[in-house]
Amino acid sequence: MITKKIYLYFPKSETEKPIVYHLVKDYDLIVNIFRAKVTPEEEGYLSLEVTGTQENIDQAFAFLTTFDVVVHAGNKGVHWDESRCVHCCACVVHCPTGALSIIDRPTRAVAFNEEGCVECLACIAACPFGACSSTI
Amino acid sequence: MSKTYAEINEKIASGKAVVLTAEEVINYVDRRGLEAAAKEVDVVTTATFGPMCSSGCFLNFGHSKPKMRISEAWINDVAAYCGIAAVDVYLGATQLRHNDPANMYHPGEFLYGGGHVIEDLVAGKKLQLFGLSYGTDDYPRREVRTMFDINDLNQAIMVNPRNCYQNYNVAVNVSDKRIYTYLGILRAKMRNMTYCSAGQLAPLLNDPFYETIGIGTSVWLAGARGHVYAEGTQHCSLAERGDNGVPVEGAGTLALTGNMKEMLPEFVRGASFKGYGVSLALGVGVPIPILNPQILQRTTVRDRDITACVIDYSADYPEKTGKVLAQVSYEALRSGEVELMGKKIPVTSLSSYHKALKICNLLKSEIQDGRFLLSEPMQRLPLNQGMKSMNITGSVR
Repeated sequence: MITKKIYLYFPKSETEKPIVYHLVKDYDLIVNIFRAKVTPEEEGYLSLEVTGTQENIDQAFAFLTTFDVVVHAGNKGVHWDESRCVHCCACVVHCPTGALSIIDRPTRAVAFNEEGCVECLACIAACPFGACSSTI
Repeated sequence: MSKTYAEINEKIASGKAVVLTAEEVINYVDRRGLEAAAKEVDVVTTATFGPMCSSGCFLNFGHSKPKMRISEAWINDVAAYCGIAAVDVYLGATQLRHNDPANMYHPGEFLYGGGHVIEDLVAGKKLQLFGLSYGTDDYPRREVRTMFDINDLNQAIMVNPRNCYQNYNVAVNVSDKRIYTYLGILRAKMRNMTYCSAGQLAPLLNDPFYETIGIGTSVWLAGARGHVYAEGTQHCSLAERGDNGVPVEGAGTLALTGNMKEMLPEFVRGASFKGYGVSLALGVGVPIPILNPQILQRTTVRDRDITACVIDYSADYPEKTGKVLAQVSYEALRSGEVELMGKKIPVTSLSSYHKALKICNLLKSEIQDGRFLLSEPMQRLPLNQGMKSMNITGSVR
C-alpha cells in the first residue's frame, strides 16, 4: 500500500462529475480529503491524499486523465516562501503534523516538508512574516 | 590586563583583531581560561533579530514646484506624522493602513502597515505618497500624489527609541480561550508558550551592567552603521537580577538610529500579528570590546544561566498584577518544551536565533576585515533607574 498526495483542479465543465466516488468504488482507494471547493458551474479544487496498491493508484491516475481536470502530484495548496521565513519558529507549535519543523537545533533553522502538510492553514495565521500562504 | 578602545581599533584596522561570536566565546574561554582568553580575544559580537515595535523613520522628500508644507500624509495608505518641517514626515512601524478594520472582526489580520512600508522602502520598492496641506503664502501647493522610492529621498533615517530589550517575558495563556498577542497566538489552557530574546547572543545580556554599550556605541543596524543615541524608553536597570548580574526581566533598552539607505532588506521585515497589529522585525548587531577579563567573563553567559519570567497573558499581563508564574532558563526554552505546573508545554520563539547568529557572523567578518571600528561610549547608560507606572488622575467627565 502506498499513499500519494494529489491536488485536482476542476474547470467549470467537470464540476458535476463524481470523481471521488469512482476513486473509492472502482479503484479501492482510501481517500482523505484535506480541502475542497467544488461548486457546480464554477471552477473548483480538491486537495486529497489517496492510499492503495501501486497498481490501483496507477490505474486511478490514468482514469483521472480521461477528464479535463488538472492533476498535480504532491502539495500544491500551501506554499512556504523560504526567502520570507525569518526562522523565528512561531509556526512550529501550530503545525499539527510537524510539516513545519526545526531541522537544525543549533541554528534553529526551520524547514517545510510538503509531504507532511495536511493544509490545515494554521501556519498562515501564526506566521507574522507572511512566509506561509494558501495558493488556492 | 586591560586593553583600550584605541588599541583594539588599531588591531582591527590592521586586520589582526581576534573576533568571536557570543556563541563561540563560551567554549573558547572554557578551553583557554579567562586570563589567557582575555589577552587573545579583542571583540565579541552579539546580535538579536525580532519584532521591535517602537521602530520608525524620518523621511525627507525634497521640495516640489510649487512648494508644499505637507500637513497630512499617507505612504501606501499608511498615515505618516507631519507635525514637523515642511517635507519631513515620521512614519511609525505599528501604524495601521487607512481603513484597516483592525479588530472589528476579531481577530484582525493586519496584513500591511508601517512596518511593511519600512520593509518596502529598504527593499527599494516604489511607494505612493499622498499628501494634503492647507496652503500658505510660501507653500501654496495643497495636494500631492506621486510615486517614489528610497533613492528619491534626501534622508531616510531609522529611529528606534526602544530596541534590544535586555531580557523579555515568556508568555502563556492560562484561560480557556485562545488569545492573540504581540507574542503570537497563545492557545488556551497553556497549550503553548512563546518567548522573544536571542538569549546568550543578545547584546545587553552579554553586557549586563552596560560597561561597554552606552550612548555613542557603534552598532550594526540591519547592515547599516548605526549607533546608540540615548537610553531606550522604559530603560529600567533596577530590575531583578540573578546571581550573575543578568536581569530576569525586561531591564535595559537601547535607543538606536541608522541610515536606511545602507540597510539590507533581509534584516528589515514588516510583521503582522493576527489579532494584535503590525510591527517591524529588525536585526541588530553590537560588538563588545574585550577591555578586561571581567567584560569577557560576562560575554560567556550561556542560555542555562539566563532566566526569564513566565507571565499569563490572559489576565496577569493585561491587568498588570505583577504575578510571575515561574522562571525558566533559555536553555529550557530553546529545547522546545518546558514543564510548568505539572504540564509539558511546547515552546516557540518570536525572535530568530537563526538570524541573530547570522548577524553575529556578518559583524564578525566586518570587524575582521577592518571595515567596522568600535567607538567608545560618550556617556554610560543609567545603572540605577526604575520605571514609573501611569497614575490616572483627574475626574472622568
